[in-house]
Amino acid sequence: MKRLVLLLLPLWFVPTISFAETPEEKGLKIAKEVNLRDDGYGDFTASLKMTLRNRQGEESIRVIRNRTFEVPGDGDKVLIIFDTPKVVKGTAFLSFTHKIKNDDQWLFLPALKRVKRISSSNKSGSFMGSEYAYEDISSQEVEKYSYRWLRDEDYEGKAAFVLELDPTDPNSGYTRQIVWFDQKEYIPIKVDYYDRKNVLLKTLNFHGYKQYLGKHWRPDRMAMVNHQTGKSSDLEWSGYKFKTGLSEKDFTKNSLKRAR
Amino acid sequence: MKIPLNPPLTKGDKKKQKPRIPPLLKGGRGDLTCLLSFFLIIVFLSPLLANAAETWSGYFAVEGRYFLNDPIHPGQRAQQASIAGQPEFYREWETTSFTVAPFFRIDSADNERSHFDLRELFVLWYPGDFELGIGVRKIFWGVTESQHLVDIINQTDLVELPDGEEKLGQPMINLSILKDWGTLDFFILPYFRERTFPGRKGRLRGTLFVDTDQSRFESGAENHHLDAAIRYSHSLGDWDIGLSHFKGTSREPTFLLEPDSAGNPTLIPLYEQIDQSGIDLQSIIDVWLLKLELIHRSGQGASFQAWTTGFEYTFTGIFGSKADLGAIGEWLHDSRSEKTTPFEDDLMLGLRLALNDMDSTEILLGVIQDLDAASKMISVEGVRRFGDHWKLEVEALIFVQQDQSDLLFTQRDDDFFQLTLAYYF
Repeated sequence: MKRLVLLLLPLWFVPTISFAETPEEKGLKIAKEVNLRDDGYGDFTASLKMTLRNRQGEESIRVIRNRTFEVPGDGDKVLIIFDTPKVVKGTAFLSFTHKIKNDDQWLFLPALKRVKRISSSNKSGSFMGSEYAYEDISSQEVEKYSYRWLRDEDYEGKAAFVLELDPTDPNSGYTRQIVWFDQKEYIPIKVDYYDRKNVLLKTLNFHGYKQYLGKHWRPDRMAMVNHQTGKSSDLEWSGYKFKTGLSEKDFTKNSLKRAR
Repeated sequence: MKIPLNPPLTKGDKKKQKPRIPPLLKGGRGDLTCLLSFFLIIVFLSPLLANAAETWSGYFAVEGRYFLNDPIHPGQRAQQASIAGQPEFYREWETTSFTVAPFFRIDSADNERSHFDLRELFVLWYPGDFELGIGVRKIFWGVTESQHLVDIINQTDLVELPDGEEKLGQPMINLSILKDWGTLDFFILPYFRERTFPGRKGRLRGTLFVDTDQSRFESGAENHHLDAAIRYSHSLGDWDIGLSHFKGTSREPTFLLEPDSAGNPTLIPLYEQIDQSGIDLQSIIDVWLLKLELIHRSGQGASFQAWTTGFEYTFTGIFGSKADLGAIGEWLHDSRSEKTTPFEDDLMLGLRLALNDMDSTEILLGVIQDLDAASKMISVEGVRRFGDHWKLEVEALIFVQQDQSDLLFTQRDDDFFQLTLAYYF
């Protein structure tokens, strides 16, 4: 009898190994699908209003404009122009995001007319004093994380995949992110960020998704809450325009200098 | 980082006397008329063109300065107040833009510091593979923080701040050719702007008064000499590189020591013809920024080299907060003697704390230590916003143990504290 069990064991394991997905494989497959479904948008422009709130409910508003250019085979190129506060009006930020290596980033300082290259290794740094870190707003590439599917569950009435994303870059401010993806459209609906001590730091919720060009889903509002400080930052997107005719020439140090 | 520039000491007799040439817009009626008609043509023609978008922006500011020590020279005061402003009009069409940005300051103590300047007045055409800019512009070159050796297109507006970061508008024709292998810039600079210096009653002026009404030029064309520059710049992965050459009127004058009409010794700026080649390099290695600026200049006596090299390192989210702390270290070297330059062999250390709070509070601390003497200079700067429109800035500059041999010795009693409140729109 014992002998028979031993003989059967390998047979019992074989199908598991060759046909069933591991949670890691399933997670990666979902992440790739998320990316694939948004491929081919070409370029888009949008306006953003960012509202920072502290624990006492005091608010501060920043208005910025965003131009994004899709680079096939690499991360996006992004140009951001600051309109409000008026004190920093004219400041502009250019980023070439990459799949694996660090992003290239330049800042234009209008008072000196200076274009300053900045280090993108500080990806955990705050973007404009908000609860968003640079790595939260940088283009999300498949290669930036390793994945693990955790479970399927309903989130706010929608069937969702729940994935754990572990950043591959040691400079990341997070040990892991837990992300809820809509099962139908493969878009993120909620992210929990865990800090370097693996304590829940922030939660991001995406609201008001709309579809553009019959393909690309974009949110109207992104709400980030910092659980440790009680501060929050809302990003309201408006005026999305796709395939506006931007080219790579609109994403250079020279175009950064004349960005308005 | 703030560093006072100072009139280098005398170089001895040289070259011919120039008749007084009025600075741009002060009295040069031909230049003024030309610029004004240029402006009017643009403003009147612009509504005729489709797709035009225009904006007004800029700031107005009040500033108070308090000097900690008694003045050395008669007529100088312990307090100084001023108002300043720089409105800016911008209009753009499909591939063309027009910018005008006049600047003014009215100062209570120093009549040389009360001045008007056209910082910008230009048309830029950018059809794609190149850019053509015609008019008065401001161009910045370089990577370091303590001083900007390579940056030579614009003249320093020294009366604004002793650190030399403020620049005067420069008339130019600039063609930028944008290629995959980099950017090639050509500059034709048809009019030279003289450096501004504090007046007799102004502080931070050194022992001897600089008489800008008697400025001299090596070139017979004086400030109409046609200067030219070329620059190649490129970003290659983690490297940013710039190579430049300038041929024309030196932005930095040498000085002639001569008695004025009353027999008092004064300094007279002499603007010579120079050749200056420059290299600026920056590399990113993880969180480190490594920087180098190097120049070679000939035409002002013996040719010389100068460089600034150093690093910048940022600690993100210090003590579990959102604040970033940046550390800067730079070595400043100049092969000229300490009689000619304040930074013949100096070390700059700086700390920049950005709280990343709602009010964008920032504090900067900088120390420049002479490596061959005890002299040092300390600068502290704090900035924060109040709402969308207001910015409050506090600045202090302190000269410690200035050695007699050091060029900054003459400013040893000009430690000051400055408060600026600005409204941006």
